[in-house]
Amino acid sequence: MAGFDKRVKSYEEAMAGIESGMTVIAGGFGLCGIPENLIAEIKRLGVKDLTVYSNNCGVDGFGLGLLLEDKQIREIHASYVGENALFEQQMLEGEIEVVLTPQGTLAEKMRAGGAGIPAFYTATGYGTPIGEGKEVREFGGRHYILEESVVGDFAIVKGWKADRYGNVVYRDTAQNFNPMAATAGRITVVEVEEIVEPGELNPDQIHTPGIYVDRIIQGSFEKRIEKRTVHQG
Amino acid sequence: MALTREQMAMRVARELEDGFYVNLGIGIPTLVANYIPDDIDVMLQSENGLLGMGRFPTEEEVDPDMINAGKQTVTARPGAAIFSSAESFAMIRGGHVDLTVLGAFEVDQHGNIASWMIPGKLIKGMGGAMDLVAGAENIICTMTHASKHGESKLLEQCSLPLTGAGCINRVLTDLAYLEIENGAFVLKERAPGVSVEEIVEKTAGKLIVPEHVPEMTFAE
Repeated sequence: MAGFDKRVKSYEEAMAGIESGMTVIAGGFGLCGIPENLIAEIKRLGVKDLTVYSNNCGVDGFGLGLLLEDKQIREIHASYVGENALFEQQMLEGEIEVVLTPQGTLAEKMRAGGAGIPAFYTATGYGTPIGEGKEVREFGGRHYILEESVVGDFAIVKGWKADRYGNVVYRDTAQNFNPMAATAGRITVVEVEEIVEPGELNPDQIHTPGIYVDRIIQGSFEKRIEKRTVHQG
Repeated sequence: MALTREQMAMRVARELEDGFYVNLGIGIPTLVANYIPDDIDVMLQSENGLLGMGRFPTEEEVDPDMINAGKQTVTARPGAAIFSSAESFAMIRGGHVDLTVLGAFEVDQHGNIASWMIPGKLIKGMGGAMDLVAGAENIICTMTHASKHGESKLLEQCSLPLTGAGCINRVLTDLAYLEIENGAFVLKERAPGVSVEEIVEKTAGKLIVPEHVPEMTFAE
């Protein structure tokens, strides 16, 4: 009766099956709520030619920035990049392909992908370089472009607490892209700060229901801060 | 005298209304939060998933799980809500945000805005700006009227790649407050001590100058 027990014992087991050339969807915004240990495991495994969907690409030496060191990412779909020198260098040298994607479109690509909706119309990007070459339709006198959604071979997610059933809650703004990423992986791996006993999480406060989740692992997190700003006085 | 960044923020703050949900972009728009009048209540939306952004935390309150869209550590105010990026952009794209304030490189007389990409320079991305300009009815664009070299940023046609088409109707520069109507900038207010002639000279796009152009006043 372990059919619903999603817990795995090691990061090796958590990322088992990932191969070069796969598409990986990652949660996180900046360095907030990133699956830092799952990323580190991908680095350790050395898989290459990855296509990554993530709002950002980490910083030098941390987060997805780690995967740049051995040129593991071939293509990244992100809304904002370039917080790291290595990224800039690889972009200028054509070693990484960057598909800049409006932040709301990126979130919706994951949400729709996870919900079985292959594409959607949005006004975002119409009349801009983002809309070039995309199908345009008019609804109610406004123009919309067709954006395709995404399903990843793997989704890597950072939660706060989970139970063995894979029910996950997020903490504060570390939620961000994580719930959508969780729905959009053929294999969804969630790392959390604490695995709690079934029943401890209130069913009506679950952010990600366990049906979306394949593997759960408890880890410890560095949680780096990108811009520490404090209140004076 | 051209407005300082703080004065621009103070002028934008006059457009806030009690009960408004407001998204403030990075730069001058962020400063608007410092000039919200005491007698009104507004909720600041941060597109990473926070409605009701509070002040910066004290050293003791700093929490890596609590940031704003500029990746700065922040707090949540009483009445705040936290949610996913999809929920956040549903608010934005669905037109639920009452006012969006954001910066730009160029705006033109057709309401087009360019704010994210200068070809030949490093391109970092648009973040949420394209969603914000496409989703909001009510946008104020803040920027300097002309570049350091004196080139107008209020154009007949944007020269840089667009962030959004036909979506801007209000512009606050360091020299003037203008609205965009029927393919032209309309000069509504001038910065204290700035002449209409200077604004005319520094506006490349079609500019309509009413008979009387009052000087700006500011939120306290």
